[in-house]
Amino acid sequence: MFHWLEKHPFFFAVGIFVTISFAGLVEVLPNFVQQSRPVIGTKPYTTLQLAGRHVYIKNSCNACHSQLIRPFKSETDRYGDYSLSGEYAYDRPFLWGSKRTGPDLHRVGNYRTTDWHENHMKNPEAVVPGSIMPGYPWLFDNLADIDTAYAEQVTVMNAFNVPYNADLPQKDGSTAQVKLASDLAGAQASALEEAKKVAADMKDQDIKDTVAAGKIPEIVALIAYLNSLK
Amino acid sequence: MENRPLEYDYSVSKMFMLTTVLLGIVGMLIGVILAWELAFPGVNTILGSGLAEYTNFSRLRPLHTDAVIFGFTLSGIFATWYYVGQRVLKVSMAESKLLMFLGKFHFWLYLAVVVSVVVSLLLGITTSKEYAEFEWPIDIAVVVVWVTFGMSIFGLIGIRREKSLYISIWYYIATFLGIAMLYLFNNMEIPTYFASGGIGSFWHSVSMYAGTNDALVQWWYGHNAVAFGFTVPIVAMIYYFLPKESGQAVYSYKLSLLSFWGLMFVYLWAGGHHLLFSTVPDWVQTMGSVFSVILILPSWGSAINMLLTMKGEWQQVASSPLIKFMVLASTFYMFSTLEGPIQAIKSVNALAHFTDWIIGHVHDGTLGWVAFMIMAALFHMAPRVFKREIYSKGLMNTQFWIQTLGVVLYFTSMWVAGITQGMMWRAHDEFGNLAYSFIDTVQVLMPYFTIRAVGGTLYLVGMFIFAYNMYKTMTVGRRVDESELQNATPMAA
Repeated sequence: MFHWLEKHPFFFAVGIFVTISFAGLVEVLPNFVQQSRPVIGTKPYTTLQLAGRHVYIKNSCNACHSQLIRPFKSETDRYGDYSLSGEYAYDRPFLWGSKRTGPDLHRVGNYRTTDWHENHMKNPEAVVPGSIMPGYPWLFDNLADIDTAYAEQVTVMNAFNVPYNADLPQKDGSTAQVKLASDLAGAQASALEEAKKVAADMKDQDIKDTVAAGKIPEIVALIAYLNSLK
Repeated sequence: MENRPLEYDYSVSKMFMLTTVLLGIVGMLIGVILAWELAFPGVNTILGSGLAEYTNFSRLRPLHTDAVIFGFTLSGIFATWYYVGQRVLKVSMAESKLLMFLGKFHFWLYLAVVVSVVVSLLLGITTSKEYAEFEWPIDIAVVVVWVTFGMSIFGLIGIRREKSLYISIWYYIATFLGIAMLYLFNNMEIPTYFASGGIGSFWHSVSMYAGTNDALVQWWYGHNAVAFGFTVPIVAMIYYFLPKESGQAVYSYKLSLLSFWGLMFVYLWAGGHHLLFSTVPDWVQTMGSVFSVILILPSWGSAINMLLTMKGEWQQVASSPLIKFMVLASTFYMFSTLEGPIQAIKSVNALAHFTDWIIGHVHDGTLGWVAFMIMAALFHMAPRVFKREIYSKGLMNTQFWIQTLGVVLYFTSMWVAGITQGMMWRAHDEFGNLAYSFIDTVQVLMPYFTIRAVGGTLYLVGMFIFAYNMYKTMTVGRRVDESELQNATPMAA
């Protein structure tokens, strides 16, 4: 059979394709039937948080930081409860990372504050002596891309039924909604409202002035995102 | 007419040889910069704080991995395909205008993709998925490049004179099919600009998979991109170049058959080992782990088949630096494909995952196996393509030893670093509290980071020697004629 295949390239190629497809069909496909179901309390990202997530991706924070707490005592001691599948239901793409040059960030919102991040992003070494993380001062100058974040929200709501403007069950039995504006101007306005709350906790006067003038620096969006990781 | 030896046309192969050397240097230079950035964080602002956004570790890291995978390695794969393909199928590209056109189109579009990848990654335009960072417009161009590559493969096969496909061709076909399938499915994404009616960035897209599903597809891709980029085509090379250079017949046809079909079947299952103790279903993790261990069989099958091909001719290892490169590559392949399965065992993975041990594993595979084999292939091809003798055997030997030392420093330091950090993360004191803060576990790594950076720098120095030797071969090497090019490659002392 093999000798025959080696003289018939088409069937040879088909043979390879069938052989290599097998694993994907068995291992990957069945999991799609069980769509990612959010655990109680998981909410889709707001426009500002999603813009911050884009800043996180733009700077490849995931090259050094994981967002996956494994079910070991040493990890739950260090980072909090281990990660559950449903917590990632609205993560497109997933940001688990594959290397911890720095610590895990999946629940960083539980134990770091806005001004901690502010100081740390300017100069990590000043906050954590001995840190090898470089500073990210340009986050204080660049403006966050709110429009693209809104475009993504609209896309996922339409394409994947991500439940914006819907009642979501919360851990305490109440319900909550994540509002999505019906147009871009509305989304920009609500992102600015949220940005003002973040900026109020920051020390940098330039940032406060920029936000007061109606613009949102990347650092504000990033902090909004990091604070949402709980 | 029929008895005259074929004049093969290497023009496309030459172009890809050039990008192999160039992108190899670029990719590894970025790698070395990254290594020094970890050892001495001040290097992050090496071009001044104004440009720090483009020189800091996180922005450069995807550029390093993509430059060596899709720049250096892929160029090497294409360069060898356009060389090996013609020779084992006994047909010249000059016989078909269409194939010549496709080959050249393949090269120029590939180059355009490389440039757009460099620019977009530096600007931070990325999907964040490892080895699949490119945004959707580049993805579409990649698909066109790949389809062109496929048409070139099957076009050449279509007009072949040698009816039976040699082992290398099996592996090239598998490379084409494997990457095509993986790349398509992992990059399913919706451009938000169009889906939202023209809002925001044109470049941005959102993954069609969410969370755990996304991770599952990504590591099915990520692991098997290694399979079909770093293993399958490199095995294709060694099956051609080692027997050719040594003048020995492949040791066992049956062993190559077993390893080929075994590799095809087993490799794809093993992706789950990247997701052990994550939130993917437990049975997928176990499958990933088990199949990783089984994977030793087909991997070692190929490696042993190659080493036994040298049976009775081991003196060539001492006399020919080219054989040295290939035998060491084969040895590193065995080593790396043993180390990988060990890391895929759940209890070992619990310690090794997220640490530098994984980085060490990747690099003993890529530097020791992939890069050594590609450079050996280029050394073998150069005299046949340029009709000139290799410029300096002495430089080849120097390069060999400098780079071998570099790899050894690299993986040994990363072993120690990874295991040390893994042990410190999990250490508890007598009261059951964590014994070390995270920063303790970083500072302890600093000496190893420095050793690794030195190792990487040595390897890069070897790359420069390689480039110099190739350049000299191309320009001033002694002219040789066909009769000198049967087996062992001619080299000047």
